[in-house]
Amino acid sequence: MDKYINAPFSSEDVKDLKSGDYVYITGTIYTARDAAHKRMYEALEQGEKLPLDMENNVIYYMGPSPAREGRPIGSAGPTTASRMDKYAPSLLDLGLKGMIGKGKRSQAVSDAIVRNQAVYFAAVGGAGALLSKCIKKSEVIAYDDLGTEAIRKLEVENFPVIVVIDSQGNNLYETAIQDYQR
Amino acid sequence: MIRTVKTEEITKTIKEMCIEANHYLSKDMDKAMKDAVKKEESPLGKQILNQLQENLQIAGDDTIPICQDTGMAVIFVEVGQDVHVEGGDLEAAINEGVRQGYVEGFLRKSVVSDPIIRENTKDNTPAIIHYSIVSGDKIKITVAPKGFGSENMSRVFMLKPADGIEGVKNAILTAVKDAGPNACPPMVVGVGVGGTFEKCAIMAKHALTRNMEERSPIPYVKELEEEMLEKINNLGIGPGGLGGRMTALAVNIETYPTHIAGLPVGINICCHVNRHIVRTI
Repeated sequence: MDKYINAPFSSEDVKDLKSGDYVYITGTIYTARDAAHKRMYEALEQGEKLPLDMENNVIYYMGPSPAREGRPIGSAGPTTASRMDKYAPSLLDLGLKGMIGKGKRSQAVSDAIVRNQAVYFAAVGGAGALLSKCIKKSEVIAYDDLGTEAIRKLEVENFPVIVVIDSQGNNLYETAIQDYQR
Repeated sequence: MIRTVKTEEITKTIKEMCIEANHYLSKDMDKAMKDAVKKEESPLGKQILNQLQENLQIAGDDTIPICQDTGMAVIFVEVGQDVHVEGGDLEAAINEGVRQGYVEGFLRKSVVSDPIIRENTKDNTPAIIHYSIVSGDKIKITVAPKGFGSENMSRVFMLKPADGIEGVKNAILTAVKDAGPNACPPMVVGVGVGGTFEKCAIMAKHALTRNMEERSPIPYVKELEEEMLEKINNLGIGPGGLGGRMTALAVNIETYPTHIAGLPVGINICCHVNRHIVRTI
């Protein structure tokens, strides 16, 4: 089913999103991938403040290619989410509501999604040129020294994603494959 | 007769190839992706494949890389033994081409200088270069920028001779099943069977650069390629791993003599952005 949602969003909004839904996100989301997650995780261990508030926010696992002049961003598709599995449960427990990536998640992440009434979306892997068209603004807000891995604040318009793990823990990767297995 | 090739020409060629490969799929891959749209049975799978068609169109029209992971530059260099390279170090010339291509072409810098310390080299060098010395007076260069979503799902299995062809089949299916959505299907599966530990992995990588319309010239290998493609596409993984028929576009297998005690199998998985272009200087 096609749905439209504004980001940031709350647990209440997440309840309506079901595994398999095709969702268009409009609003503000943030990027972070391997190196930024490692740094945030270490900051939490040290008892330091994170450079962005997790509450009701969405993190897009993405490191863009450089923007050409006059464009907000370069190619901007999702990276493999499982590399963030070590860090994601802590961020979900701090109020993170959505993650956008591609690929499987661990049981610990799935449990944290249900526990915190959050959602894991997949964007289409390898569609970075197409997805860049839905990103209207991009600004590095932390860890600038990490280059493509810096944390960016993005303004997105009708950014297309698919619900993979919903707040009940249903997992599209597990169910969809069964329909086409021979 | 010895023919002279200048390093400047090598640098310029590599630079152009890095940029071209990241914005345009080769004709054979492009055709395979178009055919996949027709063959896909799942509505969501078809929708994803159509998005990927649109993505390719935008990449070419607006000069935006097809995928943000513009890869680590894997380069096969076949140097004719009658070529004299003039103007400095060949390897430095290749890396300079990668540097210029990635910096001037607005490609992502995805290489870190040390696997543990992990500082970005900021110009995507060094490349991974596989040289071979061949007959003739030309240099044949294949540039294949490799993304790591799929690279991470690749495997080497050191099978026993008793495992035989069934063992090889199981190894391929295991790797593809484990890769699932992580490797951005529809994927291309490169396989190297035989040789040694490192030889099978390099063959698997090289197999990914094969023209998609070509099958192995060895009859039993050709049959194996076709059988494995069918088995993989019966797994149901589909485009994006969200269910469907088009899990793989091709299975390309290379073989090599091996030791009486061994049966090495390397499986290098590539996403649908299987970039490979060839030029000869």
